[in-house]
Amino acid sequence: MKTITTLFAAAALFAGAAHAQVTVKEPWVRATVPQQKATGAFMRLQSAVPARLVSASSPLTPDVEIHEMSMEGDVMRMRQVQAVELPAGQTVALKPGGYHIMFLNLTKQVREGDTVPVTLTIETRDGKRTPVKVDAPVRGLAAGAPSASASGHGHK
Amino acid sequence: MQSFTLRRQLLLAGLLGCTLLLGACDRNAPPSFHGNDVTGATFGKDFRLTDPEGKERTLADFRGKVVAVFFGYTQCPDVCPTALARAVEVKRLLGKDDAKRLQVVFITVDPERDTPEVLKAYTAAFDPGFLGLYGTPERTAETAKSFAAMYRKVPTGSSYSMDHTASSYIYDPQGRLRLQLTHALGAHEYAADIRTLLKSK
Repeated sequence: MKTITTLFAAAALFAGAAHAQVTVKEPWVRATVPQQKATGAFMRLQSAVPARLVSASSPLTPDVEIHEMSMEGDVMRMRQVQAVELPAGQTVALKPGGYHIMFLNLTKQVREGDTVPVTLTIETRDGKRTPVKVDAPVRGLAAGAPSASASGHGHK
Repeated sequence: MQSFTLRRQLLLAGLLGCTLLLGACDRNAPPSFHGNDVTGATFGKDFRLTDPEGKERTLADFRGKVVAVFFGYTQCPDVCPTALARAVEVKRLLGKDDAKRLQVVFITVDPERDTPEVLKAYTAAFDPGFLGLYGTPERTAETAKSFAAMYRKVPTGSSYSMDHTASSYIYDPQGRLRLQLTHALGAHEYAADIRTLLKSK
């Protein structure tokens, strides 16, 4: 499933983004229950040249923002950010516990098994902006939760 | 508090006894936890909130079970689903019998958007046994305060998110608040601590 997604994302990239040289791996969106108004998208980004993710859009909702989660003691904070730095050659993960793309003011349910098209706007140092299209599969609400042994969840 | 002191004295006596016997008796040692031991805390003594069916619920409803209380909201893309998914994994690790004695409670800090329907659908999406609770904005504020838990509405470009305490409050089967487990701990640590509490008398 992951391979198909990566190939799909890669194919989408080739279609739209010769300049930005950004690869997107394992994009996914968390499913929602009916009447839930917001959810997030996660993925791993890597840019060959120094760049920034400056915005994102999707047919899912007009309100798409980039957010960063941080812990202040045992209090969770989420703040909108204007950009995510993508240093050259470095994998930057949008994942639970860090950055994510927020879809707000949803008007319909996001179901497991659906695909959400997302267009990332990548800006390079010269100020040039390039759209990078990604198709993000929707995973179940309980997805992406590692146990302590799996991914060092308890070792921060 | 008096019984707590007495228990402590008994535990110390037990420990001393063990040390003298060159320590083979683990079971007299005080339990050790991964989470923060808040036994005897003056906060989080109880809650009085409404379930999605409109029924008022308090901690006493779950006597005999370990209760794990988490404050969150359904528009939360990160910490709350992670916490609830971890709780699903905890139940799996506990095994069928112990899992039946764990009650997960999700208290919304965003009753404006988290209607009873959304709340019920949200918790059920993780496990039909998880219970979402809500109150009026005033009751929600009182409850969080009584838990020394904080939450705060934060505007984002087109909506708002909630800052909130991400720790879980764990009660023993006698309805006493015993542990505060942080978000950094994983399912294995949670399960181990809950198992320890389930064995306690």
